[in-house]
Amino acid sequence: MNDLAEIISQNEDRIRAEWIRSMSNTVQRADLISKAELDEQCRDILRAIVAGVKTSRPTEISSSGWATGRELLSEISASRARQGFSPVEVATFVLSLKQPLFAAIREKFVSSQEKLFDTIWSATELLDRLALVTTEAYMATREELILRQQQELLELSTPVVKLWDGILALPIIGTLDSARTQVVMENLLESVVATNSKYAIIDITGVPTVDTLVAQHLLKTITAARLMGAECIISGVRPQIAQTIVHLGINLEDVVTKAKLADAFALALQRSGRTVVRSSSAPTSPISNLFAKRED
Amino acid sequence: MDRIPVLRMGSLLLITIQVDMHDKLALQLQDDVTERISEWGATGVLIDISSLEIVDSFIGRMLANIAAMSRVLGADTVVVGMQPAVAITLVELGMSLPGVRTALSVEAGMELLYGAATRADDAST
Amino acid sequence: MRVLNREVMPLKTSSDVVMARQKVRLWAVDLKFSLVDQTKLVTAASELARNALDHGKGGSMTIESLSNGSKSGLRLFFEDQGPGIPDIEQALKDGFTTGSGMGLGLGGSKRLVNEFSIESEVGKGTRISVIRWK
Repeated sequence: MNDLAEIISQNEDRIRAEWIRSMSNTVQRADLISKAELDEQCRDILRAIVAGVKTSRPTEISSSGWATGRELLSEISASRARQGFSPVEVATFVLSLKQPLFAAIREKFVSSQEKLFDTIWSATELLDRLALVTTEAYMATREELILRQQQELLELSTPVVKLWDGILALPIIGTLDSARTQVVMENLLESVVATNSKYAIIDITGVPTVDTLVAQHLLKTITAARLMGAECIISGVRPQIAQTIVHLGINLEDVVTKAKLADAFALALQRSGRTVVRSSSAPTSPISNLFAKRED
Repeated sequence: MDRIPVLRMGSLLLITIQVDMHDKLALQLQDDVTERISEWGATGVLIDISSLEIVDSFIGRMLANIAAMSRVLGADTVVVGMQPAVAITLVELGMSLPGVRTALSVEAGMELLYGAATRADDAST
Repeated sequence: MRVLNREVMPLKTSSDVVMARQKVRLWAVDLKFSLVDQTKLVTAASELARNALDHGKGGSMTIESLSNGSKSGLRLFFEDQGPGIPDIEQALKDGFTTGSGMGLGLGGSKRLVNEFSIESEVGKGTRISVIRWK
């Protein structure tokens, strides 16, 4: 296999130039990567291939001789994934090395069919495997990105609102599965500590269904808050939810629930020893007195 | 052997747990608290666990035991400062520490204890 | 799945239990587990280490850092040559009764980790293995 190493080393510049040229028709993406950078990457890859081929057979790219080469390709692939290259573009990047490489091999072994075939076969085996390495690294990076976005989405969708000194509200929108519960719990508890709030109102108006699992998740959150010294009030319990809870036999004896967030807020204010008083200096017109509702 | 110090503030006992306790230390603390309540006639016990990064079932039971034993001796117990990660883990473990009152901070804990003491005084006059 | 690193710790005294959980904490921090996940794993370690000491009459804990594709995790083995557990099913259900009740802390620990497996033979001893993935 040192034939391959020799061929590449002796024709490095030409192979690289042709490689880059063949890419400019399809996948160069000048918008995402500069010529200088591409040139440098190709140079590094060719050198890594030479080094790898010298130490082990082309089919053994998982051996330590290829470690630098694999790492290099994975890095390049990951950065392309982040830059927005498509998977086809990334794989083609490696595979388009075949043509200039084969051309160089044919030139060298023009008079020896057997050597020609063997070397081309090794080269193709090698490049196929390298293309797979890049694709794997690309996929891994994309998955990481998606996971991170999912996490951010989870966190964004559970805001914590400070209603008053010592009173927080957590409006939950969407289903409450166990992953979400973890996030809600952590957010809630950390906010309780940060704001020193004794009362937390969990509003479930936006939660479509409450079954035994969801109820369990809510109960876990409430118990954890209690362990820390804070009280939770559940608000936004819709009539259907109330029915479901009773039908399922879910025990919410220890939990305070209110239909409306406003009621929960009023309760929290009361429990924390506050009353809301209408200020006598609030402006009123003679007409508004006619229509004024009694406020309790 | 080191012990966790039990401090006195008026009729309250103040305990701040800052070390990773091994079992013997925890048992020693239980003994010390009950001794001191009797000795000083304390009516309240405040345990600050804001530095505890781990509360496992043993420590959880210790806290529950202290609360129960103090109650028998006529004192209220409040545990303050539990860290969020600890609370989440305890719930997952299945420990809800019933019978143990909790508060967010030392101030809140003292309010609870003094409040209880005042109510007790009012009741007896 | 590959084991990247391993360390064995004895569980012969109650200070060993403290050191074991501190060691698990160190490894978990090193692997950049979230604080909640760290706490869960260290607490599980504390429960199981204590069991090995109190019920198993002493044993050892082995920590291993694992790599499974893109996932990384920590595995803990707890071994003792104690009396063993006669009814594992029951032991897993024995949670904590409110108040006294020793309980083996097994059921609780199981909920704190992602993978849990237990082998026990009466008169021979117990082996418990748990894994927490990042």
